[in-house]
Amino acid sequence: MSEQGTYKPYAYYELMETSLRELLVEKGIITNEQVNAEVAAMRARTPERGARVVARAWVDAAYKKRLLANGTAACEELGLEIPGLHLVVVENTPQVHNAIVCTLCSCYPRVLLGIPPDWYKSRNYRSRMVREPRAVLAEFGLRIPEAVQIRVHDSTADMRYLVLPMRPQGTEGWSEERLASIVTRDCMIGVAVPAVALG
Amino acid sequence: MSAQFTTDYPAVAPRYKPGDRVRVRKTAPLGHIRTPYYIRGQVGEIERLCGAFPNPEELAQMRDGLPAQPLYRVRFKQKDVWPDYRGPETDVVEIEIYQHWLEKA
Repeated sequence: MSEQGTYKPYAYYELMETSLRELLVEKGIITNEQVNAEVAAMRARTPERGARVVARAWVDAAYKKRLLANGTAACEELGLEIPGLHLVVVENTPQVHNAIVCTLCSCYPRVLLGIPPDWYKSRNYRSRMVREPRAVLAEFGLRIPEAVQIRVHDSTADMRYLVLPMRPQGTEGWSEERLASIVTRDCMIGVAVPAVALG
Repeated sequence: MSAQFTTDYPAVAPRYKPGDRVRVRKTAPLGHIRTPYYIRGQVGEIERLCGAFPNPEELAQMRDGLPAQPLYRVRFKQKDVWPDYRGPETDVVEIEIYQHWLEKA
């Protein structure tokens, strides 16, 4: 029996990417090894990096103050490499809930959260998050009381945003590492809040 | 405020400070624009100055984007932006806008 592959023609952007990459390699501008290394580095960045920052801010009030004043410097303090990132950290409080969107494209703090989820890049999320944030958050299972102000941050230019969620009750005495384990990607985008499993 | 940010490229001096009321220019130039259409013509309040950055509209044309434009975060009331907004008066949307898109309100 001869081997049967399933032939699938390239989609438009796949074809564009492959053509451009092959040309750049052919002309000696980049190498395949460099491309592979960059892809590997991109995949290695995960939301755990952002969670470390949040957990530190929860246990160290002075660090939190520095983080809110200058997000970039505060990340570097933790030894996180964040080349070119201008980070604005926005803090959730009992009065304010923050959420991040990029209506123009899909700007996202990749060096802290990794590759963005598909829904973040969807037309649905991008157009509705600024227009009806409360309805969108409810679809994520997050109901924000009317007494709490919602601040939507449209990431349109050079800044990138990270939500500093509130530390949940029931985490008293937890280590920084354990605290970081409940800080999910969605909490740092602002479409979820950290939860503590009961019992 | 301007002393707070130093750039190694020429930059336009900032004209606004936090708390200033500003209106986003209502215009529709061609090209690569980082000011979302839905916010053009709206009045908001300067939340902070973010620094000065090469103008992306110029960068998209393969020019150097200099002098750099001051970039602000501007806070708008959702009820102003969307008259039929469903939610409390206090809800806001904050957007980064370059100075050349702003005028005093």
